[in-house]
Amino acid sequence: MKQRELIVIGGGPAGMAAALSARNSGVKDILLLERDQYLGGILNQCVHTGFGLQYFKEQLTGPEYAVRFSRETVKTKGIEVSLRTFAVKLTPAKEVTYLKPDKLETVRAKAIIMATGCRERTREMVHLSGTRPAGVFSAGLAQKLINIEGFLPGKAVVIVGSGDIGLIMARRFILEGAQVKAIIEARASSRGLVRNMVQCVRDFDIPVHYLHRIARINGRDRVESVDVVKTDETGRAVEGSSFNLACDTVLMSVGLVPENELLEMAGAKLDPVTNAVAAAAPFATSLPGIFACGNAFKVYDVVDSVTRDSDSCGLMAAKYLGKA
Amino acid sequence: MFKGVNPPKKFPPFVAYVIISRMKDYDLIIIGGGVVGVAIARQLSRYRIRIAILEKEAELSFGVSKSNSGIIHPGTQIAPGLLKGRLCVQGNLLMRKIARELGVDFKEVGELIVAFDEMEALRLKQIKSDAEKLGVPDLTIVDQAWLEKNEPNLSRKVFCALYAPSAGIISPYRLVYDMAENAASNGVQTHLNTKVTSILRIGRAQAGCWRLTTSSGDFAAKFIVNAAGLFADEISGMVGVRDFKIVPRKGEEFILDKKLKFLTNHLIFPIPARSSKGILMIKTADGNPMIGPNAHETSDKEDLSTTQTSLDEVLAAAKRLVPAVNGDDIIAYFAGLRPIAGEDFIIRREEAAPSFINVAGIQSPGLTASPAIAVMVEGLLRDCGLVLRLKLLFKRQRKASVHLFAVPLAKTKALIIKDAAYGDIVCRCEMVSAKEVRESIARGATTMDGIKFRTRAQGGRCHGSFCTTRLMKILAQETGKPITEITKRGKGSEIVKGQRETDHRPETIDQRPMTYG
Repeated sequence: MKQRELIVIGGGPAGMAAALSARNSGVKDILLLERDQYLGGILNQCVHTGFGLQYFKEQLTGPEYAVRFSRETVKTKGIEVSLRTFAVKLTPAKEVTYLKPDKLETVRAKAIIMATGCRERTREMVHLSGTRPAGVFSAGLAQKLINIEGFLPGKAVVIVGSGDIGLIMARRFILEGAQVKAIIEARASSRGLVRNMVQCVRDFDIPVHYLHRIARINGRDRVESVDVVKTDETGRAVEGSSFNLACDTVLMSVGLVPENELLEMAGAKLDPVTNAVAAAAPFATSLPGIFACGNAFKVYDVVDSVTRDSDSCGLMAAKYLGKA
Repeated sequence: MFKGVNPPKKFPPFVAYVIISRMKDYDLIIIGGGVVGVAIARQLSRYRIRIAILEKEAELSFGVSKSNSGIIHPGTQIAPGLLKGRLCVQGNLLMRKIARELGVDFKEVGELIVAFDEMEALRLKQIKSDAEKLGVPDLTIVDQAWLEKNEPNLSRKVFCALYAPSAGIISPYRLVYDMAENAASNGVQTHLNTKVTSILRIGRAQAGCWRLTTSSGDFAAKFIVNAAGLFADEISGMVGVRDFKIVPRKGEEFILDKKLKFLTNHLIFPIPARSSKGILMIKTADGNPMIGPNAHETSDKEDLSTTQTSLDEVLAAAKRLVPAVNGDDIIAYFAGLRPIAGEDFIIRREEAAPSFINVAGIQSPGLTASPAIAVMVEGLLRDCGLVLRLKLLFKRQRKASVHLFAVPLAKTKALIIKDAAYGDIVCRCEMVSAKEVRESIARGATTMDGIKFRTRAQGGRCHGSFCTTRLMKILAQETGKPITEITKRGKGSEIVKGQRETDHRPETIDQRPMTYG
């Protein structure tokens, strides 16, 4: 079995920052696994600005922010980047098995950093009732369809939840000529950043219905409308409050779940509610020598904080390896 | 239906077959491409007759069969004296042979019908003796000690259970697709997006006189088998037989995350209710725990919506069986409609319409019974005067599909060495490779749901958030369709509404200096 000093799983902002920081702290043999064909993770589809304000004191787009790290990561000697590489197994003995288009390999590392990011909560996780037609997307999938692939997922959109990706996508749909009928938020106030509420919602006059939820999605083949109800403090529907919104698309922006299935497989402790790492100290897991950073560790609001914290995680891993 | 369409560069063989077949005159037309219609087609494809399946949806199995749980019932829980009981027991036996021949994954997991008190235990004894009369093998009543050892997450309140080891589980869609593929390789033609709108009888009491008008042109047939599921009463009405009505009985199912596959080992049933076998807990052929279905009659044959009330009902019932079930672990749900025409199946010749066979009201255990139904229909067709002579060569076997999630990593390693595309993972939640996706398309998938049913890609915990775009691109590439015509389940369910108008994609994405793995 091949041996490595450090394996970083995930080539988004967290993985890149952690790998670079570990390298700068003296770790000389690092393997970075990324399942996509690019480094940068979700930043690649975030073409809006607002990244880098804290870390670089500049307004950057997601891809611009990512490229500052990916150039560095790729050219740094001692960091080997393996793209289109999908980790399928992790053991507490720090063995990682991964697949890539030409091989399956198992490698043992002295330390591992998990930077696997998160996934979006789905319609199914919030138990949204009604039919199951085409036109129900997670906000991030709609973002990828528009920004990376160049397609318009829908023309009349209702957004469920006021998470940041949903707010940003509200503006994005309008800029592409679509209508955003409403944002439906179960809580009494927004979940997103204030700046997104102002720049993406208020500036475009998008109606937000707080303390409302979708009672039902309608439409056989494609979404045709949604039934919306007002709810009381306990979440129960207020009688007679139901109204119908015609739309062809429902966007889900109802939170993120750390993607920690590999850690779970290895037996690491996870928070049963959030799926985040349950650790005694920041960036450690319950398994010695296995660390976690970025959205896999806990869900962050802004990428600048991810970079800052992943920096520390890389340093911790270096210290564990007797460096720094 | 393909007139005026430029043929794509590369045909999936299955689709090519449909296009080439311009001849629309058949010895036998089967209306309905669900498990029953396809099982009949496969059974009869060994004979020298020309057979077509007409299916109104974009793919086979998109009607009643797609919502099937995949249980291969042993023949318990069926009132004595019914046709469906006999066909269930026969079908259970025949299914094993079909699964072997076609390389469909069939697991004989066994079922437990659980009793919570002594009253229910008495019912179990009745169920056992009824089933034994039908010929269900190896039934035993097992006690709490047995249950604790073999089904540790089962509620401790369970008093005892009836164990039927011959119950099994299969993927309902893969069964349909694999039978259809095998039938196609034996000459059966499939016409999709073909909805029958009227049936006329030309001439008198001899065979060979049916004219069918459909949404994709006219067809002629000597014999017709009506396996139209929810719409069997309407099809039967077209030939003047209107003595039954199909009432849809809706059931909702909820799928849990695969990481909970340890929760149960057997199919777990409560004591059967009057209108169904009750709300149960199983592990699907793909390894996901599944709870449901409830049973409510509806008047709408297209009502596939799910409700919070049903979720609450199903969750409560499932927790009673296995207390560790948790609503937060639900990753998918769906509704299905059982086609009910009274208590029993209706499988018969029609005096009023010679050479027309009704196969209607095929509710549970229809999937299990389907191979036996096919044998029975063969007999009825002979009785009607259809001459059946065996082909010199009947291709009995089909090469099994590969599913990475079902093979150990060592096997995966060997597969990747043979074909690198097995290492190109598209769906990360369910571990589905580009190779499997392409193969599913080559074997007939034309829609995103078709890919999901065959491979499980999009069926996991992220529900397609990560793999949808890649799958759309592969499907477009393999079928020659533009992305804007890629659908979830046929025309009208396109995934995107068009091209983006503006194009200000950051150039950096493709210009970045990157090494490719």
